[in-house]
Amino acid sequence: MLAGHGLRLYPAIAAASFRRYSTYVWATWAGVFTNSVFGVINSFVYLAIWRQRPDAGGYDANDAVTYVWLGQALIMTIALWGGGTTDDLAERIRTGQVASDLYRPVGLLRWYLAADLGRAAYHLLVRGVVPTVLGLLLFKITLPASISAGLGFAMSVLLAVVVSFAVRFLVASTAFWVLDQNGVRMFSGVLAVFFSGLVLPLVILPEPWRTAALALPWACYMQIPIDIWLSKRSGMDLLFGLGRQALWAATLLGCCAFVVRRATRKVVVQGG
Amino acid sequence: MAELEVVEPTSVAYRWYWTLPDYARIARMWVRASMAHPLSFAILTLSSLLMTGLDFVGIWLIFHSVDSLGGFRLREIALLYAASGIGLGVADLLIGSVEMLGQHIRAGTLDVMLLRPMPLLTQVCADRFAPRRIGRITQAVAVFGWGAWGVAWTPGKVLLAAGMLVGSAVLFFALFVGFSCIQFWTQDGAEFANAFTYGGNTVTQFPLSIYPRELVRSLTFALPIAFVSWYPGLVLLDRTDPFGMPEWFGWLTLPVGICCLFVALGLWRLGVRRYTSTGS
Repeated sequence: MLAGHGLRLYPAIAAASFRRYSTYVWATWAGVFTNSVFGVINSFVYLAIWRQRPDAGGYDANDAVTYVWLGQALIMTIALWGGGTTDDLAERIRTGQVASDLYRPVGLLRWYLAADLGRAAYHLLVRGVVPTVLGLLLFKITLPASISAGLGFAMSVLLAVVVSFAVRFLVASTAFWVLDQNGVRMFSGVLAVFFSGLVLPLVILPEPWRTAALALPWACYMQIPIDIWLSKRSGMDLLFGLGRQALWAATLLGCCAFVVRRATRKVVVQGG
Repeated sequence: MAELEVVEPTSVAYRWYWTLPDYARIARMWVRASMAHPLSFAILTLSSLLMTGLDFVGIWLIFHSVDSLGGFRLREIALLYAASGIGLGVADLLIGSVEMLGQHIRAGTLDVMLLRPMPLLTQVCADRFAPRRIGRITQAVAVFGWGAWGVAWTPGKVLLAAGMLVGSAVLFFALFVGFSCIQFWTQDGAEFANAFTYGGNTVTQFPLSIYPRELVRSLTFALPIAFVSWYPGLVLLDRTDPFGMPEWFGWLTLPVGICCLFVALGLWRLGVRRYTSTGS
């Protein structure tokens, strides 16, 4: 394959995926509305907590409310509940259409990753920006204090999407071996919702839960990007956070590639 | 395109119980279907239990940092949390499928349902009946048991608690049906309803004393979600309302729920009357 081929191909896949998701206009606005309602509710809950303990988890009340709104903004971008292009993959594995995906002169993993990044870009733009602006208007959330915090956050969200994609890809791949992967998908969603820090910021968990939760891949989804936004991670700590995300992304993508190789052999066996 | 003759009951109150056997038949079929993959069913039920379980673990973990929230202790909050959870759980189990109205419209299956001699709402609600949702109810009942341990029970309070739980379920019934009607107008708008059903559940998991007065007032008089657990909960816990509402509000959960249900059914009929098939 020529190197230039991929340079045009993958952005094209991503762009097509971006356009595809942008067609569901009402679904988008319904989602933004729901995220915002939860943003308001959780803001008041967190304000009540931080009124009692103004320094819980090293956050102040303003950090906590910012955490709420950024969390709502990131739910769809990182496809916390599952969803995204990996759902298409699971369905195509179930119906056997994945066989034609494997015939393409493009890597299965790269194809779906490019498409998922396109989807994430759309969700970040619409479902991410609106709740953030609303949080700013309603609760005066904190903005990144420096350029490095802003750029670091952008990098960190990109890595968060890749880590989440790899986890979702592995979950979808179970469809090669089990008939109905919905159970696995939902179970993984439950773990993601709790250990990403959507239910509660991981930093306010009591030890040893806190250390354990921060070591898991789900901490890459929200806790690290938001800590960078809030400048809780800056300088070396910022690079350390990004490094941890990159490490998880590389490890999990490696697992995905391994699974694809194994699964390919299985598809051939079934087809023959 | 031919006009469809819409079979709709003339009076909802007079007909609904006739459809219960039909509902049970459809539901039984879906129960059998979900048992087709027993392992997947087990994981789904466990996930549903765990999902709501971790929800409460979240609240429990909050109490590692604080002693009280809005002036309420953990065991008191458990009672509010569970009353709301049981209501949502029961409604979600029995009629949660109404959320998929938009999919039925898009796929044209709603037209098929309209041709059957059975009320549309019964069919939509019974479709894809998911027994795994029992997981949520189980968790909420367990939390309720723990929370109820701290209540000084009297015969009056038992009656009130019964009214609260039934009323809470009826109110969530109404929220599910009422806000699903949006999908008669925008098929993609399913998630709007989540803001009110699951959002309503989240709001009432906590003592409403943590919210601003105006918000609590609108949750009392505009969208009466506060009756799900807050007002009856105050009576059970021998508390007075910090916002100054009278104690007898605690007895209103069921009447308010029934009123909301009638409004929701009205909206449903309005939606059905307005519905024109996509033609697919």
